[in-house]
This record gives sequence, structure tokens and C-alpha cells, in this order.
Amino acid sequence: MAVATILNVRDLHVSFDTFAGKVRALRGVAFDLHKGETLAIVGESGSGKSVTGRSIMRLLAPTANIERGSVLFKGADLLKSGEKRMQAIRGREISMIFQDPMTSLDPTMTIGNQIMESYRKHMRASKGAARARALELLDIVGIPDAKRRFSHYPHQFSGGQRQRIVIAIALICDPEILIADEPTTALDVTIQAQILNLMKDIQKKVSTSIIFVTHDLGVVANVADRVAVMYAGRIVEVGRTDEIFYSPRHPYTWGLLCSMPTLYETGERLYAIPGTPPNMLHPPAGDAFHLRNPYAMGIDAKEAPPLFQISETHYAATWLLDPRSPAAEPPEVIQKKRRSLC
Amino acid sequence: MLNTNRKKLLEVDGLKQYFNKGQKTEVRAVDDISFYIEEGETFGLVGESGCGKSTTGRSIIRLYTPTAGRILFDGEDIARIRSRAEILRFRRDAQMIFQDPYASLNPRMKVKDIVAEGIDLHDPAKNARERDERVYRMLELVGLDESHADRYPHEFSGGQRQRIGIARALALKPRFIVCDEPISALDVSIQAQVVNLLQDLQKSQNLTYLFIAHDLSMVKFISDRIGVMYYGKLVEVGPSEEIYNYGVHPYTESLLSAIPLPDPEYERSRKRIAYIPQPPGADAKLRAVAPGHFVYCTEAEATAYQEKRNKRVCS
Repeated sequence: MAVATILNVRDLHVSFDTFAGKVRALRGVAFDLHKGETLAIVGESGSGKSVTGRSIMRLLAPTANIERGSVLFKGADLLKSGEKRMQAIRGREISMIFQDPMTSLDPTMTIGNQIMESYRKHMRASKGAARARALELLDIVGIPDAKRRFSHYPHQFSGGQRQRIVIAIALICDPEILIADEPTTALDVTIQAQILNLMKDIQKKVSTSIIFVTHDLGVVANVADRVAVMYAGRIVEVGRTDEIFYSPRHPYTWGLLCSMPTLYETGERLYAIPGTPPNMLHPPAGDAFHLRNPYAMGIDAKEAPPLFQISETHYAATWLLDPRSPAAEPPEVIQKKRRSLC
Repeated sequence: MLNTNRKKLLEVDGLKQYFNKGQKTEVRAVDDISFYIEEGETFGLVGESGCGKSTTGRSIIRLYTPTAGRILFDGEDIARIRSRAEILRFRRDAQMIFQDPYASLNPRMKVKDIVAEGIDLHDPAKNARERDERVYRMLELVGLDESHADRYPHEFSGGQRQRIGIARALALKPRFIVCDEPISALDVSIQAQVVNLLQDLQKSQNLTYLFIAHDLSMVKFISDRIGVMYYGKLVEVGPSEEIYNYGVHPYTESLLSAIPLPDPEYERSRKRIAYIPQPPGADAKLRAVAPGHFVYCTEAEATAYQEKRNKRVCS
């Protein structure tokens, strides 16, 4: 089945200069984004999932260095595009939603003006046309009484409503790609469920491709078509959502899934990944996960594993998939889950 | 864990906590709630932000002075005590673990001084060596070691800091701990470590927990019984399996239907239930719909809930 890809990220290396030295945030990230799909990027804090999103938008802090790699969008490398070209792309062809709706809106501007801003700039629309479009968007994202609310300021809205407004801003120019960086993390579960449904509905209508950055596996299971699991600046496993949840192959993915309490009976002991995420000032040699990996072998400390192909859509970077390595079974909890499906 | 007839360590009866009472800006953060916690039990309190769950925890530990109601701790009414000596005595038995391990440790204090703060105040050590020894024992208990004692909080990760917060809470050998969202600020892989630690400590130190969180799936896992709060009221309370599987209050149903589970099959088939708030009836109070399972409702509603629950148990 041929799928149209809209974005190719290749061998992306990004580091940050700090007083303590160079933090190697991304160490060779590569993935494709297909047209109309939702790709979830999951990982813990510091794994590089947000930096990946920001690198695509070229919204990194001045201390960041893009050392290598390419981000191909419509035949051009975004990493080599000038700032002027990027400004034409941001908000028009690629949009972003940030985590905290409390800080990503301008408190001194009415929400109407904030929603119209990018439409007027990118589409060179008249004020009247922009207003009509903005009202339409407010209606789509479910802000009641949009006409009256148009001239209100962000503080007059609740957290969930603000995130709806942020989504309206991101979608007003019908972007081809939407990068959502933990868009529901700051919200209550019931509001989160509303926002996730909203994003799925909108995607059906306008067929935007979404990169959904999150640490919440429950949210991933809800929204994603495909999942990329990141650890220490690399994608360690990528595949269709069912493949990642029902037949994961990387020990880190096993660990993440096993630490979710929903798989257990009350009173059982949770499986916890030992240790802490690595310090990216000095990333461990070889497979960065080997220090926390109960399945680690000698080679893991020496050499980073390549991505092994498991199916047409499923890849994992672990030496356990090398034909020479001994057979390793995933933890009991995951096997139980798989059996319950059969 | 029902019917074991364990002693009730904590009994909250008609607790009210109003802020700016009598003024225009009056907020009824906690509005007449009652529940109990048995010795050695974990009672989970869930609800959305602003529902009053943290305020409840803080009132119980007397960080606030309750507006009305009784808080019986081991038979003594904590809501009434006023003198500093009495409050100090109570705090030896009741401690708190806070949500944000970055904000709850003083960045200018060494770990050993943070952990020993309660010891110095309540039960001073005879000399520096004994103080150190006691701190080391606490650090070991939570999975840290002696070498951490002379360091400062910024040198630790979030999970380690939460362990320091737990060591501080345990230093006086309390019997009761309020855990206010102790894992929400931590990474997924670290959350499991801290939850396991809390459960191990509960067994070895015979602790009773009030576990406050918004993550219902984790609360269900760790708690024996759960209370669901909405706008300052306790709307449903019961054994955790019971609430999780047969929660009948519309708000509980809405909350349960909103939790995303790490299971794509389930997520595809999920039906979300929206909660439309309705004014409670005049004689609304907690009424039993099953043994140990109470719902905030009127008498007429109680019968309907009872039927709804029994139908679900049978299906």
C-alpha cells in the first residue's frame, strides 16, 4: 500500500549549549509523516520529543545547534530555509499547539484579534473576511456565543476554552501539518477527552496530518494511527498503534507499558523501570537504555543497535532482534494482555 | 478489605472549609463532607482541579482551620485543637507528602537538614551523630543512601526528590500520611517506582494513607476505598473495585469514561459520557446503594441508582 508522505525527517542531530557543556538532545531522529495520519511521539521528559517538534518548526532557543540532518517538506529542506520562508510556513502550512494554554495566548490582545492575526497575514484577507473565518473557527472548536466572546481577553476563558482558542488559531489557515506538543497535559481528564475528540473530528474534516507529542500512553492509544517511542534522543521503536501496544519489541516500550496501573489487579506490585533517564550531557555509549534494561547484553554497552524491521510498518532499535541474540520474552503482564486479545 | 472491623483511624464528619467567609468572594471549597479511613488502609480522593480534594487534605492535617465539622483522629477532635502544643503533638502522627518535588524542598537546605527538620522540632537528637544516624536510616528506607545526605535538592532528579519528601514525612514515625498528588509531577517510569515504595512503606511501617490524585486509574490501583469529589461535595464513596466497575453517580460515570487507557481496542470502542450538572435535591445526602457503597442523592434517586448498579453487576 503506497502512502503519501508529507514530511521526512532524516538523521536529525540537535544539541544545546549550556554552562555544563553540550546537551545532546537529538541523536539521529528519523521518521516519515504520512498524509492525513496522526503520529504520536511518546517519551519521558528529556527524551527529545518536544525538541523534535520545535526543530521542524525551527522554533529552537538560540542556544540550540542543529548539527546534522534534514527535514524535507514539499521537496525543500526546512533546516536550510531562510527565516522569511519559515515565517511564511509557520501558521500557514505547518502549525503548532503548545502545552500550556495559560501562557501561549497574548494576555493583552482580544482572542478575536489573535485568531484573525495569522489569517490576515497569510491570506492577505480583509478584516471582514478574517472575522467571518475566525467566527467559523470558534464555532468549529466549540466556543459558544462566539460573536460576543470575540472581543474578550484570554483571562476571561477557562483552561479548556483557551486550548480550544489555541487550536482555532492553529487551524485557521488549514495547515497541512499540525504539531501538538502535549496539548492536553495541563487539562483535567474530562476536558482532555473533549479536546481529543475535537482534534479527531477536525482531522476528519480537513485531513490535516498531526504530530502528537505526549508522555501519556492512554492519550496515544486514543488518538494515534502510528506511534514513535523516543528514548535519549533517538526513536527506539516505531509502528502502527496496535503493533506498539499489542506486540511491542523494545524493552523500553515493554517497561513503559508495564508501569501502567490499569494492567494490574489492586494489590499487585507494579513493574517499575529501574534507574533514571540518562543525563544527556554525557549520553551512555552503545544502547542508551542498556543501564536500565534487564535484557541488556554485552554488545548493548558497546554499540548502538540499528533499527530492525519487524513488519512493513514496525521497526525497533534493540539488539534483541538480531538473529544472533538469545530469544527474549516480554514481561508476563504484556503477554497476558496479548493472550486476552486472542 | 471490608468487614474486617478494623479501627477507624480518621473520621471526618460534616467538614466545611470556606474561604473569605461571609464576604462576596466566599468560596465553599469543601462543603459538608463525611468519610472515614481505617487503620492501615489507603483512601483515595479523586476529582478535577478545584473540586476541593487538596483543601480536604490540608484541612485534615490542620494547615487550615476548618470552618465547621469534626475531624476525629484516633478519637480526638483535631478540628477543635487550638494550642501550638496540641497541634505539634498531632503533627507527629500525621504528615504530608506534597505534589511538586521541586517546590516542596528548600533549595538552600542540605538533604539531611530537610529530613531532620521534624526530628529537630519534635524529638531532638542527643548529638549530631545520633541525628545523622536517624537521617541515614530514613534515607535508606526510601531507597537513597548516606552519600546523599550532604547534598542539596537541585542535585537530584524529580523521583529522588520525591523520595526525600517521603523520608522527611516518615522521620517522626507518623501513623497517617496525606499524599497530595505525590506522583503527578513525575515521569511514567518513575511513577511506578514511587508507588511501589509507598506501598512497601505502608506495609513495613503500618501507615494509613489519604491519597489525593486526579489520575483515577492510579488511585484505583493504590486505594482500598475511593471517594469522588465534585464542587466541594463527596458525590460517591466505596471500595475501589466497586466504584471503578459500578460507579453510578453521573459525575463518576463521566470521570470514568474520560480516562484514557493504554489500549487502542478499548479506546476505539469507548463512549464518552458527558456530565450535565443538576442541582441536588433538597434531602440529598450520602445514601447506601450497596454494602459500603454510598452515593450523594435523594431517597428517590437512591432506589434508581441501586437498580442501575445491580443491573450492571448482573450483566
